[in-house]
Formats: sequence, structure tokens, C-alpha cells
Amino acid sequence: MLTEQEHEVLAQELERYPDRRAASIDCLVRLQESRGGWLSDETLADLAPVLDMSVHELDALATFYNRLNRRPVGRHLIRVCDSVSCWIMGSDAVCAVLRERLGIDLGCTTPDGRFTLLPTQCLGACERAPVLSIDDKQYTDLRADDLDAILADHD
Amino acid sequence: MAETPLTDRIGPERKPPGLAEYRRAGGYKAVDKALRHLSPEDVRNQVTESNLRGRGGAGFPTGKKWSFVPQGDDAPTPKYLVVNADEMEPGTFKDRLLLEGDPHQMIEAVILSAYAIGASQAYIFLRGEYVTAARVLRQAIAEAKDAGLLGHRIRDTDFSLELHLHMSAGRYICGEETALLSALEGRRALPRTKPPYPQAAGLWGYPTVVNNVETLCNVPHIVAHGGDWFQSLSHTDDGGTKIYGVSGRVRKPGLWELPMGTTAREIIEEHAGGMRDGYRFRGLLPGGASTDFIVAEHLDLPLDFSGLSKAGSRLGTGTMIILDDHTCPVGMCLNMERFFAQESCGWCTPCRDGLPLVTATLAAIEAGRGRPEDLDLLEQHTRLLGMGNTFCAHAPGAMEPLQSALKHFRDDFEQHIREGRCPYR
Repeated sequence: MLTEQEHEVLAQELERYPDRRAASIDCLVRLQESRGGWLSDETLADLAPVLDMSVHELDALATFYNRLNRRPVGRHLIRVCDSVSCWIMGSDAVCAVLRERLGIDLGCTTPDGRFTLLPTQCLGACERAPVLSIDDKQYTDLRADDLDAILADHD
Repeated sequence: MAETPLTDRIGPERKPPGLAEYRRAGGYKAVDKALRHLSPEDVRNQVTESNLRGRGGAGFPTGKKWSFVPQGDDAPTPKYLVVNADEMEPGTFKDRLLLEGDPHQMIEAVILSAYAIGASQAYIFLRGEYVTAARVLRQAIAEAKDAGLLGHRIRDTDFSLELHLHMSAGRYICGEETALLSALEGRRALPRTKPPYPQAAGLWGYPTVVNNVETLCNVPHIVAHGGDWFQSLSHTDDGGTKIYGVSGRVRKPGLWELPMGTTAREIIEEHAGGMRDGYRFRGLLPGGASTDFIVAEHLDLPLDFSGLSKAGSRLGTGTMIILDDHTCPVGMCLNMERFFAQESCGWCTPCRDGLPLVTATLAAIEAGRGRPEDLDLLEQHTRLLGMGNTFCAHAPGAMEPLQSALKHFRDDFEQHIREGRCPYR
């Protein structure tokens, strides 16, 4: 069931478009925010009648867009840029250190639910490569030595 | 000192100008001028005469793009203007500077361009990751609304415009203008058949123009100072300045607004400080991952829309990625082809199946398991996935760095196969 607050948030999104379907991606993003960072079957079922869409249509969107998660994620989402400028500047090494420190592979979540580690496409900070983001805050000009301190900042 | 109209109000330690500061610097004067003294047709003509061409990668003349929008009393309404701020081309970070650094310039550009084509609704389609740009833009849009620069009957004229911000949920293909429209309508970002072109039947079937951020940001300056002035900023026939960028192993990677047609040599040596100590230049991608490599002999060509065709490449986004002599060209191609394979929307078979095959072949070569005939296979695919064989420009773009790498760095590919290993490791 959608909460009253969620209803309000969805209403704001619907305002900006001439039809309901057009707001679907924004609505999925907002519900993902309010529901622990991912979209469950239940969330899709809650949203479908609001948009007059089927659950399957929403699933087609949720499985297409990179920023929509269909599986549970940790409290913090680490996205390591693996596009070409970051790759030249050493993103593989950054990624290797993160995997080793967290004890998980890309696409996985630490057993304590603290971090999910994902690769990401170019974050548009190529002059300060390599780059990663945690919960959309960017860390640039990364060196392997910096990573412990960055991780320690996130409970 | 050359003029830098796009970045005059942007600095590394500077906060984006608010409405009052933007106005003090001459901002929104072009809106007042256009709404009071110029017809929409006048604005369209000025943009056509300026030789402004699209800065998003394809370089299509902006005035010509606008000319296909139906005009007159029987034209369908509403018409839409969409700002393509989905900057996802690997190695490209120029639009972010404009959006974060000077949001009112973006809004003024939207007002003037919407006025020119007769649009009453505008969307900024922004990358989901650009959260700072989103914050800055939302604030500026609210300021502009409060000041009567957006909304009903702007400046007490008959012109009304609503401007909305859409945050993308992320897919590279959203940068393709018809796929972007699919995404804005709340669908999977699949490209659409052209014709009809968006100018005739775009968002929800209505006339729509999609332009890149940097392209549009030039419009206020063209309206304020005229097409001749704009043309005079450039070293070549393509008008204006260009925000060039450099990433990779140079001393000072970054962005610089320079006359259109500046050479790569000047940008790398004078602005980016040259290569880092211990690294030698081998080649560069002029404008993102979907452009062909150029090499040392091409460094003195003007970086504009026609100059690079002599080198078999194109300007793209104008933000170049440098290949140095410690970086494996095969590995670099593998990185980019993996990106393109992941980001294929999956709609057409050559792209959906061809890009993973190319990626797997490159991965085998890089891992030392390549066979001599793999190079023929790759070359064959640069043609099979080329323009005309796929539904949109995604796969053909993906083939540009590969086909040029096979030409310019052939020895590296052959060495991998001959020695059964990557010589750079």
C-alpha cells in the first residue's frame, strides 16, 4: 500500500506531464528512494493502478534503466566508473581494492547490508579520473590509498 | 584574448550566478530584445546565419533543424523544446560545466529557442547522476518563474512557456534523440523510425526539437550580438566557440572554451600542459568513445565539423580522450566495446548480438587467446554494424574507435595474437 506521503510525492511527478504513463520513470525513481533503494514486486503492484499501467509494463522499465534496482541493495550504493577515461587512469585497480576490502564482487552487497558495489558508465568527471560515487556524492582523482578513508565515512 | 561567451560567468571557485548577478552581467537582455523587437522568424534566421551546428556529437546545423518545425496558424500545438542534457558519452563532461556553472544561461537559451520555434512546453532531460546540476537548475527555474521569465505571458507578451526538469533513470541510448523522446513519454528508451522526424511528430506526436545543452547555450549570445559576430569567434566556417576537453595522461586535464577550429596540438600542448612525464602521445579520440582515433600526423587539423573528415574522424562532442604509450589500444577498444554492448537497447539484432561478439573477440585477443582470423572478423563487423545496417547510430558509433584502431594500431593487435599475451601487462 502506498503511504499518504508517497501519494503526495507521486502527485508532484504527475503534474509535469500531460499523461500518466509519462511520469512512470520518475515515479519509480521516487518510490525506490522511499523504499530502501530498490523496487520490489509489491512496489510495482502498488504503483501500477496509480499510472493505469500493468505491473509488467513497469517491470519492463525497471529492468531497462540503469538506476532502477529490482533487487535489494545495501545502505550505501558505490558506483565505480569503468568507462574509458577512468579505465586509462586506473579504475581497474580502484575496483580491485574495493572488491578486496568489501569481500564482494561487482553487483553484490556486503553481508552486513552496508554497501552494494556496482560498475557505472562515465560519470562526467573525466578530468578528475578515476571517479566513483557513493549515494551520488562523487569522489575524484582516486588513489587506492584513499579508499579506506572513503569507506570509513559511511556507516 | 579570444572571447568566451559561454563560460564568462563560470570559474572553478565561483558559485553559479543567481538571477540578479546574471542580469547584472547582461543576462536576459536577449530575451527582452527578442520578445519586444524580434519575430520568431527573425530569431530563426539569426541562428541559421550564425552557422551554429549541434554540439552533441552529430553537428547538424541548428537553424536547419529548426526550419522543419511546422509554423503558422494551422501548425499542430503544443510544440515542444527538449534540452538533451543526458551527457553519457564516455569521456565527455562539457555540458555539466555549463549546467552547474551558469543555469540561467541555460534557461535564457530555452526561452529564446522555444520562442523561435513556437514551443509552449520545454523539458530538460538531465542525467540522473548530475545531482548538482539538478539542484542548481531547480533553483534557477524557480527564480526565473518568480521573475516572470517563465510561465504565462512572459514579460507581458503573448508568449508563454513552461519549463520542466526530467531526471533520467540512466541509459546511454537516451542520448539518441528519438530514444530520448521514448524515455520522456515513460517508455523504454528505444529509438524510433525516422521519418517522421521529431520536428514533425515528436513528443506525444507533436512537433518537437531536441538540442544539446552547449548548442542551445549559444543562442542568447547569437541573439544579443548577431550571426556575424558569432561567425567571427571561429577560426573556420563553423560558427562560434567550442568547449574542448582533454582527459587521459596529460598534465592538466580539463575544459577550455576556444575558437571553433582550434587544433588538437594547441589544446594538448598549451592548455592541457602536454603529456605527463614518462608518457608519450599515441593517439586520441576527438569527441568521445564513438569517434575514430586520430594520430600524431593529424594534430594540426582544425577541430571542427569538417576538418576531421580528412583524418577519417569527426568532432563528436569535442572532449578528447588521449591514448598514451603505456595504455593498451586493444584493452582500450575492449573497454569501449563492452560499454556499447551493455548499453545497446537490444531492439535490432546486429547491435544486440554483434556488439557482444565484437567484445568477446577483443577480450580473447587481450587475454592472449586471439587467432589471426579474429582481425578479419573484427574488420567484417565494423562494416556489418556500420551505418545503414542498424536501426540507429549506436552500433555504427561503436565501430568508429574499433575500425580506426585496427588501422592505426594494427601492430598492437598482431603482437597480442602472435605472442599470446598483452604486451602492456
